[in-house]
Amino acid sequence: MIRINCPFCGERDHSEFGYGGDGSIVYPALDAPAEEWIEAVYQRENIRGVQTESWQHVSGCRQWLLIERDTMTHEIHSVRAAHEGVARVLAADAEKRT
Amino acid sequence: MSASRLNEGGRIDRNTRVDFKWDNKSVSGFAGDTLASALMAEGETIFGRSFKYHRPRGIMSAGVEESGAIVTVGKGNRRDPNVRATTQEIYNGLVASGQNAWPNVRTDIGAVNNLMSRFFSAGFYYKTFMGIPPMEWGKGTGVWMQYEKLIRKAAGMGVASRQPDPDSYEHGHLFCDLLVVGSGPAGLAAAVKAARSGLDVLLVEQDFEAGGDYLNQTSCEADQKRTNALLELEKAGARVMLRTTAFGLYDYGVAGLLERVTDHMADPLDHTPRQRFLTVRAKHTILATGALERTVAFGNNDKPGIMTAAAANTYLNRFGILPGEKIIIATNNDSAYKPALNLAGAGAGVTLLDSRTVLPANVTGLMETKGITLKTANTACNANGKKGISSLDLAVTDGHGWSMGETLDCDLLLMSGGWSPVVNLLSHRGVKPVWDKDNLCFISPDHKEPVQMAGSASAVWGTGDCEESGVAAADAAIAALTGHSISVSAPASGGWDSPIDPLYEVRVEGKKLKSFIDPQHDVTCEDIRLAHQEGFVSVEHLKRYTTLGMATDQGKMGNIIGLALMAEALGREIPEVGTTTFRPPYTPVSLGALTGRGKGAHFKALRRTPMHDWNLAHGATMTEAGLWHRPWYFAREGEGISEAYVRETVTVRETVGLVDVTSLGKIAIQGPDATEFINRIYSNAFAKLPIGKARYGIMLRDDGIVMDDGTTWRFSETDYFMTTTTAHAAKVMVWLEELLQMRWSNLKVHVTSVSEQWAGCAVAGPESRAVLEACVKDPATVANDALPFMGVIQTTLKNGVPCRIARISFSGEMAYEMYVGSDYAESMMDLLWNAAQPFDGCLYGTETLGALRIEKGHVTGVELDGRITIEDAGLGQMASDKKSYIGSALRKRPDLTKTDRPQLVGIFPKDKSETFKAGSVLCAESRVEGHGDGWITAVTHSPSLGHWIGLGYIKGGHSAWSGQTLVAADPVRRGNISVEVVSPHMVDPGGERMRG
Repeated sequence: MIRINCPFCGERDHSEFGYGGDGSIVYPALDAPAEEWIEAVYQRENIRGVQTESWQHVSGCRQWLLIERDTMTHEIHSVRAAHEGVARVLAADAEKRT
Repeated sequence: MSASRLNEGGRIDRNTRVDFKWDNKSVSGFAGDTLASALMAEGETIFGRSFKYHRPRGIMSAGVEESGAIVTVGKGNRRDPNVRATTQEIYNGLVASGQNAWPNVRTDIGAVNNLMSRFFSAGFYYKTFMGIPPMEWGKGTGVWMQYEKLIRKAAGMGVASRQPDPDSYEHGHLFCDLLVVGSGPAGLAAAVKAARSGLDVLLVEQDFEAGGDYLNQTSCEADQKRTNALLELEKAGARVMLRTTAFGLYDYGVAGLLERVTDHMADPLDHTPRQRFLTVRAKHTILATGALERTVAFGNNDKPGIMTAAAANTYLNRFGILPGEKIIIATNNDSAYKPALNLAGAGAGVTLLDSRTVLPANVTGLMETKGITLKTANTACNANGKKGISSLDLAVTDGHGWSMGETLDCDLLLMSGGWSPVVNLLSHRGVKPVWDKDNLCFISPDHKEPVQMAGSASAVWGTGDCEESGVAAADAAIAALTGHSISVSAPASGGWDSPIDPLYEVRVEGKKLKSFIDPQHDVTCEDIRLAHQEGFVSVEHLKRYTTLGMATDQGKMGNIIGLALMAEALGREIPEVGTTTFRPPYTPVSLGALTGRGKGAHFKALRRTPMHDWNLAHGATMTEAGLWHRPWYFAREGEGISEAYVRETVTVRETVGLVDVTSLGKIAIQGPDATEFINRIYSNAFAKLPIGKARYGIMLRDDGIVMDDGTTWRFSETDYFMTTTTAHAAKVMVWLEELLQMRWSNLKVHVTSVSEQWAGCAVAGPESRAVLEACVKDPATVANDALPFMGVIQTTLKNGVPCRIARISFSGEMAYEMYVGSDYAESMMDLLWNAAQPFDGCLYGTETLGALRIEKGHVTGVELDGRITIEDAGLGQMASDKKSYIGSALRKRPDLTKTDRPQLVGIFPKDKSETFKAGSVLCAESRVEGHGDGWITAVTHSPSLGHWIGLGYIKGGHSAWSGQTLVAADPVRRGNISVEVVSPHMVDPGGERMRG
C-alpha cells in the first residue's frame, strides 16, 4: 500500500486515489495538428526510476495531484496540486509558515 | 515414541481439563495445550498421511513451521482443513481428525503408493502430461485427463467444507509509530524500550501466549522478565495483540495482520467475528520473528517420532510432557545441548550424536556428568520402525564422508540441523536475504526499509543477546522516528562456542536412502538430483518442478536443504544458487478473512434512488444497473415481464408513462468560463446555447472515440446542468475535473456532482404535457410556447416544491425530465402519478425504457462501448467542423474514417415471428464463421411494429447490406436466425411525435 500525502487531506492510502498517468504530459492546443495530439495521447516513456504522474484523490478532496514517484521502489519524492493556481497558493502559504 | 505427561512443570493448567474428539475418539488435555501437545500426551503419534506416498506423519515441530501434524479441525460447514496441530489451541468440544487417509491415519489403504514411489518422482505431473511410457508416450493430455481424477483424489491435503461459511469476518485498520512483530526476548525488550520513550507501540504475537522463547525456558528469571515486560507495556499504553499473525509486509510500513478471534473458543458469542483482517500502517517496524530449527536429510527422516530438538524442549518445558524415554539427539551445532540436558534432567535416557569431530572438553565433561552419552563424529543415517521410529542406524565420519555406524534403539529422535532466521517478512519487501557463512543461514542484508531485524531473526542466538538486540533495534527505530541520533550498539550475530557443521544430508556410499526434504509434499533428496539431471539449474524452476516448499508450510523447515543439495549438484556455493523469494502470507490466511463482510448483499455498494420505496410500493420489480437498483418493470395482476413491458411501451406511445431517471449522472457546471468549457468538451456547438434551453451533446475522449452522451441545460450566463449516462457518470466527473485542474487551469469553472441531490422522473407520451399542467402551480409555464422542444424552465410544483423541467425525449414521444430535491422525490411522484392515472398512464422501468429507445435507434452504453466513433454511431452530424474540441484532432485518423467500419443499424428478423438475442454475431449468409461482420447490441419486441427488432453494428452500415439476408449467429443459445438490416430509426424516423 502506497501512502500519499495529499496536500489537502494529509497522508492517506493509495486506495483512496485514482491513478491518472504520465503527469508530464501537456495537452497541445485543441486545434493543434494530429501529430501533436498523438504525441500527447499515446507516446509514453516507460520510466525506471522517478517519474511524475497524476493521481486524483477520488475518495477525498477530488483534487488532481502531481506526484514524483520512483517506479522501482514506490518512494514518493514530492506531491503537489496539479492545478497551477492552487499549487502557487499552497507554495506561498507553506513559505509563509516557515 | 512413548510420550507421557509429567505431574508437574510447564505452563498448562492441570486443574482445567479440556475434552475434545480426535478421529471420533474422546480424548482430553489441559488448558494451555495445543492440539499437538494434548494428543502427544494421549500417546497419539500419527496425525496424517503424506501427500503422494501416504507415509505416516507425526509431529515434527512445535510451531508454525509444522509440516507433519497437519489436520482437519471442525465439522460440517465449519470444517477447516490443513490446520497445524502445533498451533491449534484445544477447547471443549473441539473436533479434529487426521487427513489424507482412508479409513484412518493408522490404517491407510493409500499407503500402497509408497511401493510405487519410483513412478511419483520429481515432475511427475508434467511427465504424465505426455502419457505413461511405453504404452502411451506422446499421446498427450487426453490420457492425462483420465489419470488426473484418480491422482487428485489420492494425492492431497484435507478436504474443505463444500457448504457456505457460517462465520463472519471483519476488516479493520490500525495505526502506530512502531509495530513489533514477535514477543520473544528481543520483541519484548524492543517494545518496552520504545514504549518507555513515548512511542505508540503495537506488539503482535501469533501465539496465544506472549513470551516467545521465554515460554520454553525453565528458569524463574525468564518468566519474571516476560511478566515484567508485559506489565511495563500495559503501563506505557502499548497495545499487545495475541493470536495475531503479521502475515505480510508491504510498501510504506503497511503490514497485514490476521487476528484469530474465536478459533480457540468453545462457545463464541454470536456477534464475534471468527477472524479479523487488519491493515496496520506503522511508521517503523521491528521484526523479532525468531528463527526456525532445521532438520537434516537422512533415510526415513519423515517417520513419526522424529522432530526438532527445540520442539522436544518446548513440549517438555511449556507443555509438561516428556516426549520420549529413549531419546537420540543428532546435531551439527551447539543449540541441541540445552534440550539434551533438560530431557536428561526430566528422566529420559539421552544419546547425543554430534556430527562435529572435536568439541571443547568442558562440553564433553558436562554431558558425562549429566549421564548423557555423547558420540562425536556421529549422526543419524537411517530410521527403522514400522509406524514410528524404533531404532536408528548411525553414520560415522573420519572427517571425509560418512560410513555406516552402529544401530541404536530409541523411541524418539531429535534433529538439530541449524537455525533459519525468519526473514520472510522483510523478503516480502523485495529485500533479498544473504547467506551468513558463519551461522549457515540466510539473514537480511543492509536495506533501506523502515524495518529493523532483532533477536534470532538476525541470527543472534543467546537469550541475553536477543534482549540486547531488541533494545538496539528500538534505539534505531527511535532515532529514525525522532531524528535524534542515538548511539546504537547491537550484539554480533551468532553466539555458539563451536562453529556449526555444514551438514544438510547424510549419504553413505552404496546405501539407498529415502531422505525427505519437504515432508508435506513428499520431495526427497533424489528428486532434487533428478531435477538437476533433467536440466533444472535455477532454484525458482527447481521449486516449481519438484514442488519443494510449495505446500501449506511453504518449506519453512526444508527449503535450505533443497538449496544446499542443488548447490552441491551444480558444484557451487549456496549463496551463488540463491534462495527463492518469500511472498505473503507467512502462514495461511483464510479466504473468509480476506473477504471480510464483502459477500452476498454486501459484495458491492448498493445505490437506491430516493423514490426506491415509492417504486416498490407501486409494484416495481427491480433490476441492477451498475451499483443502482432501478425499476425493471411494473407488472399488473397476471403479468410476467413480457406482458408488462409491452403494455408499458404501448401506454407510453398512446398516453403517458413515468419512469425514475434519478440514476443519470448530474453535474453542475458553473463559472464565467462555463460556456467555453462546455463548448470544448462536446463535439457539437454549445457556444450559442440560449438561456432556458437544453441541448443533446456527445463527448469524445482525447483519442477521438465516443466517451458519453447526455443533455446539458442552461439556466444563466454562468450556470449549467449536465446529465450523463448512468454507466459513465463517475468517469465523466473525473474527466471534467482532470481537464479543469490539469489541462485548462486558467478556465474559471467549477464542476460539482449533484447526482445525489436531484431526484428525476421522465414523463413521456402524448399526454405528458397534460400531466405536467396538472402538477405545476402555473400551468402556463409548461405550455407549448413557454416550454417548446428542448426548452428548460425552473418552476414550482403544486405542493410548493421547486423543480426544474426540460422538454427532452429518449422515448421518441413528447417527453419531459423533471427534477426536484432528493428529499421531495416521493411527493413529486405522488403528484405525477395522480395526474397520470386519469389518462390511463403507467409507471415503467428499464425494460420499457429500452424498448422505446431501440425503436427510435437511440444509443446507450451498450452501443457507446469505447470502440465506437461518432460516425459509427450514426451521429456524425453532431461532430462540428467549425470548432475544435476534445477528440477533434484524432477522430479523423485514417482507420477511424474508413467506410467499412462497423456502423449502427436496425435489425429485423426475416421471419417476423422469430426472436433473436443481443450478443449474436452478424454474418453474411455465405460466411457464418469467426467474428462475422458485425454484432447485435440490443433487442426488444416492438409493439409499434408488431415483431422483434434489434440494434447492432455491421461493417459498412445500412447501405452496404440493404436488401441482403444476414445470419444472426448465436451458436450456444438461440441458434442461427436469418435477419435483415434496416435504418436504426425504426419508429417515427422524422421525430414528429416528440416535437408535437
